[in-house]
Amino acid sequence: MTDTRDLFADVPRSEFDTPGTSRGLTDVFRWRYLLRLLVRTGVTTRYRNSFLGWTWSYVRPGAQFLVFWVVLGIFMTLDRGIPNYAIYLFSGIVVINLFSEGFKNATTSIVGNAPLVRKVFLPRQLFAVSAVIVAFVHFLPQVGLLLLICLIMGWALHISIVSVLAIFAAMIIVMLFALGLGLFFGALNVRYRDAENIVELLLLLATWASPVLYPWTMVKDAVENYGLPQWVLEVYMLNPITQGVELFHYAFWRATSLATSSADELVAIPPGLAWNTLWTFLIALATLLIGQLVFRRLEGRFAQDL
Amino acid sequence: MSEQKISKPSIIIDGVKKRFTLNHAFSLKDTVVGWIKRQQLTSQFEALKGIDLTIGEGQSVAILGLNGSGKSTLLKLVSGVMEPDEGQVLTRGRVAGLIEVGAGFHPELSGRENVFLNAAILGMKRHEIEARYDEIVAFSEIEEFIDQEVKHYSSGMFMRLAFSVAIHVELDVLLVDEILSVGDAPFREKCRLKFEELIARGKTLVVVSHDMEMIRELCTRGVVINKGQVIYDGGIEGAIALVDK
Repeated sequence: MTDTRDLFADVPRSEFDTPGTSRGLTDVFRWRYLLRLLVRTGVTTRYRNSFLGWTWSYVRPGAQFLVFWVVLGIFMTLDRGIPNYAIYLFSGIVVINLFSEGFKNATTSIVGNAPLVRKVFLPRQLFAVSAVIVAFVHFLPQVGLLLLICLIMGWALHISIVSVLAIFAAMIIVMLFALGLGLFFGALNVRYRDAENIVELLLLLATWASPVLYPWTMVKDAVENYGLPQWVLEVYMLNPITQGVELFHYAFWRATSLATSSADELVAIPPGLAWNTLWTFLIALATLLIGQLVFRRLEGRFAQDL
Repeated sequence: MSEQKISKPSIIIDGVKKRFTLNHAFSLKDTVVGWIKRQQLTSQFEALKGIDLTIGEGQSVAILGLNGSGKSTLLKLVSGVMEPDEGQVLTRGRVAGLIEVGAGFHPELSGRENVFLNAAILGMKRHEIEARYDEIVAFSEIEEFIDQEVKHYSSGMFMRLAFSVAIHVELDVLLVDEILSVGDAPFREKCRLKFEELIARGKTLVVVSHDMEMIRELCTRGVVINKGQVIYDGGIEGAIALVDK
């Protein structure tokens, strides 16, 4: 049969490729046209055959916001010391929603595209990346709504370049973090479907582990009252979601509230908010690298494990 | 035939082995129970036991064998969906697989959108798809339904469109797995002509099928795989005779 010794006698080895080798996330840029189509498919098919369509993108966060506002703000009077508590809540909730949806969709994206993963070779990271981008597209109308409310309440008076930068920084940090975690759990999910349940659990905790419903100063007070070491607070503040929420609070809620209240009536800006932006960005980036590494290690077995 | 000089190899399969681990225990409970009962929790199944094969540029090769002999696994290794445990697979040029076409179709999208989505999945660039779009639709013969959602298509229409996309992908090596039975007789004849055109243009074709008629017409070389090993490599008639026996 074949004489393996002179395989490359006529054509040099360098002209051959090993099928199935991926270049990681750089492949996503090479396949950007497919990425665009996947995002478009994800966005357009989401509300197919639904009468209210895109309205659902407002109804769900709206209902969530209303429940929290009525129960926590009015019944439990957690809004003490937080003027414009409704805006405070909503600007945090949209960040959590962006994270939750991106993370959850990215985790299920590989299993959800099982027929393709099993039969055609293409960079599988594409599915996770497109899932996060689709989450971002669905997040936009919510931000639009928030922006509208803030504008009515006088946001434009206190808007600055810093607050606009804060908005973009928050979105980038949260999405990188969601993608990193999504790649990690998405890869595990192929073999162990437990990953989906773990993610559900983490998302349940995510809402409470960042200052969405309460001010961050409550955590600071708790640390002081119970005599906990100071690093507990620092770890809490270095959670990329906490940072995203705080940046949104800074950009939307604080700027709006300054129109009606004086600065010392408001919840204090967390110390080191600017530096923490850099640190949490690096943490999110590290998460992405780890997720990517695990993903690539497990990728070779996706087709047979699905 | 097996002595024919392979001047420029297109696919090199060198000592390839592929093992699958079969899990008998899926959950923690099963694992613990199995461990107590001292049952074996996993077993190894060797699908390919060291395959050496070189396929030259422009050859059309049929891979034959009974069900479970490892044909499809071999094709998946060449397409890159799976990785070999040992040995290496090398390919030259653009490889495209007609492996169960329609995997990337989205039922909620129109035929037109699906053409673009699937051609992109198979690795085509945007301008290539736009240049070939009319040809793809014409080949599938479903022009009048192209703007309808794919979920309303009959299974025949669906397969014709999916096949049409796959066959128009710019490629050097085409892998075909069990899809030659697409559509009615006239459409099959059309597919056969399309394959012959690809062969005439010097493309490399690797076919896995049980449709001996089609294989006899298309392929000149036959490889028979049995239980993960190559037991015959030579003229197509010899291969068919061996399998039909």
